[in-house]
Amino acid sequence: MSGPSTYTPKSGFEKWIDQRLPLPRLMHDTMQTFPTPRNLNIWYTFGGILTFCLGVQILTGIVLAMHYVANAGLAFDSVEAIMRDVNYGWLIRYIHSNGASMFFLAVYIHMFRGLYYGSYKAPRELIWIIGVLIYLLMMATAFFGYVLPWGQMSFWGATVITNLFSAIPVVGSHIATWLWGDFAVGDATLNRFFSLHYLLPFIIAGVVGLHIWALHVPGNNNPLGIDVKSPQDTVPFHPYYTVKDAFYLCLFVVVFATFVFYAPNFFGNPDNYQQANPLVTPPDIVPEWYLLPFYAMLRSIPNKLMGVIVMGGAIVTLFFLPWLDTSRVRSCRFRPLMKQFFWAFAVACVILGYCGAQSVDATVAGIPLLWVARLATLYYFLFFWILMPIIGLIETPKKLPASIAQSVLGDTAAAAAE
Amino acid sequence: MAAVGAAAAAWPFIDQMNPSAAALALSTVEVDLAPVAAGQQIVVKWRGHPLFIRHRTPAEIDSAKKVDVATLPDPLARNANKPDSASAADEDRVIKPEWLVLIGVCTHLGCTPTGFEGDYGGWLCHCHGSQYDTSGRIRKGPAPENLAVPPYAFLTDTRVKVG
Amino acid sequence: MRFALRFALAVGLTAVALPALAQEATFDTKRLPVKDGHFEFEGPFGTYDRGALQRGFQVYKEVCAACHGLNHIAFHNLDEEGGPGFTEAQAKAIAAGYKIPADPNDKGEITDDKGNRLTRPGILADKFPSPYPNEEAARANNSGSLPPDLSMIEKAREGGSDYIYSILTGFHMTPPKGFKVTEGKYYNPYFEGWNISMPPPLVADAVTYSDGTKATIEQEAHDVATFLAWASDPKMEERKRTGFGVLVFLVVLSGVLFAAYRKVWADMH
Repeated sequence: MSGPSTYTPKSGFEKWIDQRLPLPRLMHDTMQTFPTPRNLNIWYTFGGILTFCLGVQILTGIVLAMHYVANAGLAFDSVEAIMRDVNYGWLIRYIHSNGASMFFLAVYIHMFRGLYYGSYKAPRELIWIIGVLIYLLMMATAFFGYVLPWGQMSFWGATVITNLFSAIPVVGSHIATWLWGDFAVGDATLNRFFSLHYLLPFIIAGVVGLHIWALHVPGNNNPLGIDVKSPQDTVPFHPYYTVKDAFYLCLFVVVFATFVFYAPNFFGNPDNYQQANPLVTPPDIVPEWYLLPFYAMLRSIPNKLMGVIVMGGAIVTLFFLPWLDTSRVRSCRFRPLMKQFFWAFAVACVILGYCGAQSVDATVAGIPLLWVARLATLYYFLFFWILMPIIGLIETPKKLPASIAQSVLGDTAAAAAE
Repeated sequence: MAAVGAAAAAWPFIDQMNPSAAALALSTVEVDLAPVAAGQQIVVKWRGHPLFIRHRTPAEIDSAKKVDVATLPDPLARNANKPDSASAADEDRVIKPEWLVLIGVCTHLGCTPTGFEGDYGGWLCHCHGSQYDTSGRIRKGPAPENLAVPPYAFLTDTRVKVG
Repeated sequence: MRFALRFALAVGLTAVALPALAQEATFDTKRLPVKDGHFEFEGPFGTYDRGALQRGFQVYKEVCAACHGLNHIAFHNLDEEGGPGFTEAQAKAIAAGYKIPADPNDKGEITDDKGNRLTRPGILADKFPSPYPNEEAARANNSGSLPPDLSMIEKAREGGSDYIYSILTGFHMTPPKGFKVTEGKYYNPYFEGWNISMPPPLVADAVTYSDGTKATIEQEAHDVATFLAWASDPKMEERKRTGFGVLVFLVVLSGVLFAAYRKVWADMH
């Protein structure tokens, strides 16, 4: 898509197709000859890994839907039937449930990589924004999916999350009732969540198409954060990055498979192996691990509406990121000050996740975690809205290399190559 | 014109999400209170929600009455049997002082609070730490409103009909 | 080896006391850490001990089944691969020993003249019948408490099999001085809140093992916890076996891909 196409149809048939629907040309230009910076590291392989995750979730999900029953009275038993009676049902369901966690693991690495190397900065703002949109859709999909087994955590997670909408003044409780289709989470809720859980992944796939399309206009950023200046700076996507992505994908699948086969309930919660009971809330409601940081933010605010606003604001903030960073340099490699605050931010996110998993009144070494979560929440917003704009202005970046090729090959080799 | 038509066409698709006629049919439940001793609480299911019925001890009633309504986070009764403007004074939360009937749904995010816990002897919601007193009024924590009182009536001295 | 996140959740769980205790207890009645039941099926290569499974089934059938259901298990599961290893004939005989509510007879009746529910002997396709017809009946027979169904108990409890083992062997201990056991309940410090509704279910020689194993409380607890682990996770052996093959394949594939990656990039650095 960027630059002139180098595709030459080989056969008459290819020529015929090319004049009518140039799909082979598109594939050739995006997957084969696409000029890609030669210095992409391991953290750049997660885009491909995420595509793999989406495919796995859609494939296993379609199969599970053939056996699952979206009915409050039958859902729990139908999931057990999948685990016990359906041929390889246990495998497919464990891939799907662990797949969700692996998907989020990969997406967080992908996002932090973008944050570290400044991949959201001009001219890649839209790639980032579309990416945040995908992340939002993923959270919605995962939430709907977690409700489907109709265990205790499913039910109470759905109750708590849908009740977030009741914080909206005046119309809030009507919105909640509208979402439920009843006066509480129930059969009607389960049915519509199943419908949406089946729909959203295909929307995600569509938006991923836009994400990749937007990526192929300016091309990849790279760990140096400097622009591609000459053909010396790039290699064709195939075979260089197809083979590199394949290798790291395989390593990722090793980790994935280890969870599926040897710790399939590691990310799960024992309470979800008990059927939903609308009369008894489990002593500790915990969302899935990938939502814990936001959950901790919600809990750290002692006011219902403000809690919801802060939690929503944490995600909305990400949409503004491209304009909050005032630095002229993209990569944190050359931003000594920003680098430190970046790692502090990563730590704050982990702390928030930890706090979200504990009960409200928990303490560590006498310090109430509520206050730890409050400080971490404060830092989250401080980082984006105050530190980022200021640091970009006051920081003196290190000297940037002249080109990617020079950085990779050294001065003489780069000169020789030219 | 076209916009009106589009909006009108969209409405059925939006409204189908609302509770169906079956869900709207107000169900009622009758509860025998005779076996509930003072200081005990029973939980029954009503419209998919747990319903708390607590037989309050004189001490619990006393402590609920002593509270100055002006100091409460939510000054309204939230009692379906009283006008909307009724205050959160204990008298306006009950029909008979010894029987407290509440919808057991935390007004924060909908968890079911646990009875006889928290600093106020009423309920504590373990999800996010909201605390209610012996009149079911919010005293501490993120919940914005008092626990709601459903519409109910005493059929006899020991029999109550909810709904 | 329970994992970090699980551990974190457990720590969170323990910070909350259960309702009935909050007023009287000055004790921190969080449950004690689980004891290690030394199960043969732990670890990546562990498999169920067939003897323990069969003995555990005997304990379930003769002791637990009076109050606890096993709703998700069918009799044909008993002779399936990865299970207790009963023969089909044995499984059929076990099934036939259970009375299953019958379908309406020719006259459309489901009860006999005295109003008793008509029954038929179980077959392999049947699931274990519940000890009570409904939840209310179960509570009415157990002073208001509901004995949980055991088909998924291992997965549904923090600590899994070790937890079940700890509960079953955790009775008959002297409560700390000043701790008042709630009336109608039993002291068991491995249970959250320390008051458990279940009376001590096991005694030595509660069952007579046909293989000559001495039926101590610990042995019975170990065996029935093994059986319940299988009931929760009947595909565990298949899962671990498949996983081994998949991982070997993936590691080899990784090696091949790494070689290809090095070769392609050889001239690039």
